[in-house]
Amino acid sequence: MRFSQLYNYEIAIFLSMIGFYVLVSRGNLVKKVAGLSMFQTSVFILYISMGVVQDGTVPILVDGVRVYSNPLPHVLILTAIVVGVATTAVALALIIRIKEAYDTVEEDEIHEQDRSF
Amino acid sequence: MLHHTVLRVVSKLLIPVIMLFALYVQFHGDYSPGGGFQAGVIFAAAIILYALLFGLDNTLDVLPSGVLQGTAALGVLLYAGVGITTVLMGGNFLDYNRLAADGPTGQHLGIFLVELGVGITVSSVMLLLYYAFAGRGSRP
Amino acid sequence: MISSAVTLQLPALQVALPLISAPLGLLLRRHRLVWALAVVVCWMSLAISWLLLQQVLAEGTISYAMGGWAAPWGIEYRIDAVNAYVALIVTGIASVVVPYARRSVEQEIDEGRITYFYVLLLLCFTGLLGMTVTGDAFNLFVFLEISSLSTYALISLGRDRRALTAAFQYLIMGTIGGTFVLIGVGFLYVVTGTLNMADLADRLPEVTQLRTLHTAFAFLVVGIGLKLAMFPLHLWLPNAYAYAPNAATIFVAATSTKVAVYALLRYIGSVFGPVISYEDVPFGEIAIILAVIGLLSCSFVAIFQSNVKRMLAYSSVAQIGYILMGIGLASKTGLMASLLHLFNHALMKAGLFMAVGCMFYRIGSVRLDDLRGIGHSMPWTFAAFVLGGLSLIGVPLTVGFVSKWYLVLAYLEQDLWPLAFVILFGSLLSVIYVWRVVEVAWFESPSPRAAEAREAPLAMLVPTWILLLANVFFGVQTELTVGVAGLAAQILTEGLR
Repeated sequence: MRFSQLYNYEIAIFLSMIGFYVLVSRGNLVKKVAGLSMFQTSVFILYISMGVVQDGTVPILVDGVRVYSNPLPHVLILTAIVVGVATTAVALALIIRIKEAYDTVEEDEIHEQDRSF
Repeated sequence: MLHHTVLRVVSKLLIPVIMLFALYVQFHGDYSPGGGFQAGVIFAAAIILYALLFGLDNTLDVLPSGVLQGTAALGVLLYAGVGITTVLMGGNFLDYNRLAADGPTGQHLGIFLVELGVGITVSSVMLLLYYAFAGRGSRP
Repeated sequence: MISSAVTLQLPALQVALPLISAPLGLLLRRHRLVWALAVVVCWMSLAISWLLLQQVLAEGTISYAMGGWAAPWGIEYRIDAVNAYVALIVTGIASVVVPYARRSVEQEIDEGRITYFYVLLLLCFTGLLGMTVTGDAFNLFVFLEISSLSTYALISLGRDRRALTAAFQYLIMGTIGGTFVLIGVGFLYVVTGTLNMADLADRLPEVTQLRTLHTAFAFLVVGIGLKLAMFPLHLWLPNAYAYAPNAATIFVAATSTKVAVYALLRYIGSVFGPVISYEDVPFGEIAIILAVIGLLSCSFVAIFQSNVKRMLAYSSVAQIGYILMGIGLASKTGLMASLLHLFNHALMKAGLFMAVGCMFYRIGSVRLDDLRGIGHSMPWTFAAFVLGGLSLIGVPLTVGFVSKWYLVLAYLEQDLWPLAFVILFGSLLSVIYVWRVVEVAWFESPSPRAAEAREAPLAMLVPTWILLLANVFFGVQTELTVGVAGLAAQILTEGLR
């Protein structure tokens, strides 16, 4: 019963934990960025799902409809999505530069090279 | 660059439609879902599709990255310029009501210009990102 | 009449001016022109924040409705003594750093990228000022990300390839921090239905016992803690400061952690209010314990660094420990000491990093081995470093003394003399690491590089000395800083109302 009511939050927690796990456990920088994106996306889902109003419809004015979902979280998350895209872009750009400088995108190999340097 | 005839023909048909759809999302954004962000991305997607099929060099001939940097900056300036204009007309920053004699017209005008700025900047930046990544791979 | 109209618009201009100048700089292209634009914009911003502070001191809190939408619905810029003071720190530092940056940047960054450097710096400046003046919880997140993203790019402009990995590491940790802030703000919105800070402060007392609220508190503190390099979340900081271009290091070290501390203060002091922050949640105890561990361990680590920039970076984490010690105390004197130290640490760390930047400009290295004998070939620069070091230690007549004095007072007020002793012990550790540099630079025979070095160019030396003289000036003339910090602490202990 409880699961069916709050499943949106549980999905968000589940996704964020997967993302976080990938971020922490993988040494490959690209995989880290993938984990980070997933972590961010889970927060987007959290925000969007909390704007839902029971029996509410899309927040566009239509005759005969009284109940609308709350549009504010969607607007907020649009901004956060843009931030997420920008972060991913900067991260990937950095990875390309790192690849050019170190010739690898594995974290441990990079540390190895820096130590001998 | 790919030489698939089907892809080339279909994309030539599709690209104008995608651009048109981007413009629809852009200019219908104050009545229905849409707006500068989405429209900018869709518009950039059309050009990226072109670049995928006809090569980065051809795309760069049409839209050099220097020009895109300029338009990206201009979009932000358009946004901020609307803000400054409202200040000069005696309102608060981005108070659209001041832009026209009656409030709703001013609101329309303000949203229109601001979203236009957003759209220009977003599509320029999206293309610049694509150039930055695609350009690297072609180097030996 | 015109002047009063302008006065009303100052809160928006504080953010809008640097925001407009960034794309304008991109259009100008020629890096000398962009530099000139950046200097003018920083000075104008300084003037604006000075006027705002005067206005706040004379008339009380300023509320500015963005776009004319009234406060709880629209975005409100809300300026009181706390953020007017922080904005003055940020703009003041920027006004000195940007003139200094020209020579340093021309040497360190490729010709084609210098324009981007200034554009990024202006964007970062915009983000920091936005975080400072906004009165909206979500808006603060957006500006936080604007400043963070531009900081990552600024760091990656460093010559050393390790700048890239440092920037990447900071990006990962900074984004986790930013996302935590986002989650925290989301929970606050769920329980109250508002994002306006003043409105939140009104409504939160009705829901103090909800677990969602405590979770939001934890997410916000950890998220902002990552940004301000609260021990043990400081791991990104030493590499980022050490390998970034010198001008970027100076600016980021002196402003970005300070603004993050302000955001923390704003949340615990104004939004949650002292009752939730210190009584329902044991934030005070946690902050003091972490601060003491961070203060001692990072001072200790700083002693063993062979790269002077890295040493100063660890010292920054230690100094943030002092600031957190004051915040954790939850008393007016403690908060005042923290706010004073925000200002004072910005002055001394910027001065020190600028002196180090001058040395780097001449000898191309900041390793202790290469700095041997530099005190003889660059006497003025090194004298500036020593003066900054004295301020860092907290010698009387410098600003470092003023804030440590109030911090010790705050601890003695509560009869916590063992912790007051920790503060003094931390100063002792900083004597050791500053002395290591002095010893090498003055008492050892010059290294080949240092022997050939000439005094740094005036364009760099003058801003450095301006900041260091400010260290002495505000160490002697404490009326302004102590007065404003006292007022700000008053506001924070009372909550927003």
